Amino acid sequence: MNKADFLLAGVGGQGVLTASDIVAEVGIALGLDAKKSEVHGFSQRGGVVESHVRWGERVGAPLGEKGRIDYLLAFELMESARWIEMLKPGGVVIVNRQRILPMSATVGDAVYPTDEFIDQALRSVTDRVIYVEGLETAQALGNKNLANTVLLGALARAMDVDPELWLDVIVKRVPSKYIELNKQAFWKGLGK
Amino acid sequence: MKKLLSGNEAIALGAYLAGVKYASAYPGTPSTEILENLAKYDGVRSEWAPNEKVALDAAAGACYGGARALASMKHVGLNVASESLFYLAYTGVNGGLVIISADDPGAWSSQNEQDNRNYARFAKVPCIEPADSQESVDFLSTAFDLSEQFDTPVIFRTTTRISHSKSVVNVNGDQRVEHPGKKFSPDPSKYAMIPANARRRHPWVEDRLKRLGEWSSASAINRIEWGSKKIGVITSSVAYQYTREIFSEYSILKLGMSWPLPEKLIRDFASQVEKLVIVEELDPVYETEIRALGIPCVGKEFFPITNEFSLAVVRDGARKLGVATLEPVTTTSFATQVPTRPPGLCPGCPHRSTFYSLRKLKVRVAGDIGCYSIGVLPPFNAMDTIGCMGASIGIAQGMDAIGANSDKEPWVAVIGDSTFLHAGMPALANIVYNRGASTVLILDNDITAMTGQQENPGTGVTLSGTQGKKIDIEAVVRGMGVEDVFVVDAFDEPEVEKTIKQAIAIKDRPSVVIARGPCVFLPDYPAKFIDEVDDVKCNGCSLCFRVGCPAIFKGELDASTNKPKALIDPLLCVGCDVCLQVCPRDAIFRANN
Ligand SMILES: Cc1ncc(C[n+]2csc(CCOP(=O)(O)OP(=O)(O)O)c2C)c(N)n1
Ligand code: SF4
Repeated sequence: MNKADFLLAGVGGQGVLTASDIVAEVGIALGLDAKKSEVHGFSQRGGVVESHVRWGERVGAPLGEKGRIDYLLAFELMESARWIEMLKPGGVVIVNRQRILPMSATVGDAVYPTDEFIDQALRSVTDRVIYVEGLETAQALGNKNLANTVLLGALARAMDVDPELWLDVIVKRVPSKYIELNKQAFWKGLGK
Repeated sequence: MKKLLSGNEAIALGAYLAGVKYASAYPGTPSTEILENLAKYDGVRSEWAPNEKVALDAAAGACYGGARALASMKHVGLNVASESLFYLAYTGVNGGLVIISADDPGAWSSQNEQDNRNYARFAKVPCIEPADSQESVDFLSTAFDLSEQFDTPVIFRTTTRISHSKSVVNVNGDQRVEHPGKKFSPDPSKYAMIPANARRRHPWVEDRLKRLGEWSSASAINRIEWGSKKIGVITSSVAYQYTREIFSEYSILKLGMSWPLPEKLIRDFASQVEKLVIVEELDPVYETEIRALGIPCVGKEFFPITNEFSLAVVRDGARKLGVATLEPVTTTSFATQVPTRPPGLCPGCPHRSTFYSLRKLKVRVAGDIGCYSIGVLPPFNAMDTIGCMGASIGIAQGMDAIGANSDKEPWVAVIGDSTFLHAGMPALANIVYNRGASTVLILDNDITAMTGQQENPGTGVTLSGTQGKKIDIEAVVRGMGVEDVFVVDAFDEPEVEKTIKQAIAIKDRPSVVIARGPCVFLPDYPAKFIDEVDDVKCNGCSLCFRVGCPAIFKGELDASTNKPKALIDPLLCVGCDVCLQVCPRDAIFRANN
């Protein structure tokens, strides 16, 4: 592995930015160049968050390109469909099944898409669709904030990168009292 | 050691290493984290100023006094500080002075896409632009050296993509360079710009610009990466990163100094390539100037003037130029078939009651900039104008002055605490002085929230976390001569509504309503309960949907009304009780008292 483009997408407050920091750090730990870019304007919760990470020998642009992203990590179910056009055909999409209803559905007439719609949308681009019960797993461990670590576990599994390397980076980033829980969440995501 | 740093973290590091002693800023995306990071270093006094002009004047004072100083702001902040930029261009500096301008191509979090390289040209001062985090560190020391060498303020321009992207920086235990500082030696011909001095100073400014251009031609801050000479590209900032990937075979002149242009270097480069292409984000600053030098080039006909660049945008232009590059991938888009996620006021936001009331009272609203700008969106639709910081109060006065602030359609101004202290105070003075009769609502959430909860003079805590002196907004308003000042608890919706009504009924003199309640992100946020809906009492009347809370959503249909009942997400609710107050059937209650 000497090159990969990632897109992490979710809803404000889900920890997308921390997770993308970790992905970028793992790239560095692999001896590659890495860049990460996101837009965080509003501090209000509820908006879409989009964060790009690129690994390579020497990375130029901080953002990946439509149709050329290797790994799409959707922290929220319908966000996977919103961003799937960014994925390269045959790329990997990892989807947290958690639903966060948008305000447009409460104050307007927007309707949350069905599971079938989302699944079809994803499969129109790739058959490498991986669903993860991120929130449920995190809640079972006692802390909903662990969902993003579960997702990172799933990403590690889909990639040919030593899980211990991921764990090293994760452990360095979390407060010591949460290290054990994060390790557990990561292993759960990894399917072990 | 390799470290991943954001552009803003890198700028802070670069400023620290360059020996900055004083830094002042007003927050603004994408610049905010620069001062937040700089404040962590010892030996630098870092302050939040009430606005950008004040920040720049303070930095000017520090540099006149001999210290290396920095002022940081978002692009529109430089509009506010521009008056000071222009005198500084004439007076020059003593210690080095760098002005960080964080531009926002794409207007991700701004009211426009202005290109502040134009300010460098306008004010006749140099502009330096990094293309990644490493350059952000390195170029800052160059900027300070340049400032002192040429006796000029230097604009250091980043963009959202530079400031908010992380890339690798080699941190090799670099040491901060301490600058002893040159004492201020009184010299009115330099520091006091009366007309006679200004006239004498202007030719010197022109000459300085010429010398800066010569310096730039010889400096390593600009560099040529030779490739095929069939095409030569001139570019800078993040546009260089896209160019590097897409024009990888060709020759690239990467500018680190974007103003004044290195004429000699550009002529040399242009003379060696068959076709000269300019790839610059936003305005055709280089293109216009290079054309004016009589050098043929192409640019904006291939690379758009609007919106942020991306690989796709630059690739598209390159393809049209005949450069062999990847074809676009056509995957079906589902983005338009998925509901949008408009940003909303957070659950528990103290601004909610005000906008619920304003919508109900059907008043016209001159709005301002802050989290409360969300009031323009559904379900509130309670904001008619949003211009720049502080504009609300002036707009209200103008409406009032021409008689548009009528009983039938009253106008109010809505402004946040930080924005009031930034640019609202002179506007309120204007109303009082001219005997206007507007109502001004000051939404005091005790923080500068929109940019990520920064302290301000109204909170009384400084950037370094020490206790400053708290400016009492109510006392300020009274001190300005407003007699009718109402202070109301922002979490008490009926009271907020009643008070606004009372204030707008006053038609012969100004009135101010201060709605006080902390932002949910503050440690002293009061609510601790979770609200819940009694689905027997709820009949789907939908009134609570109008408080625009992300924690309330539509549940199952009510059997009698056939409308969706409300549901409250316990993971999101913080128990501010605003929905509870507006529910006419007492169907919402506190679940865990
Ligand atoms: C000249 C200028 N400087 C900075 C900004 C960035 N900015 C937008 S709103 C805002 C402050 C908002 O604070 P406040 O008025 O207290 O409202 P709140 O977000 O807390 O509701 C800032 C700093 C800007 N838009 N324009
Ligand atoms: S950040 Fe604070 S002020 Fe802004 S919307 Fe959220 S609660 Fe309201």
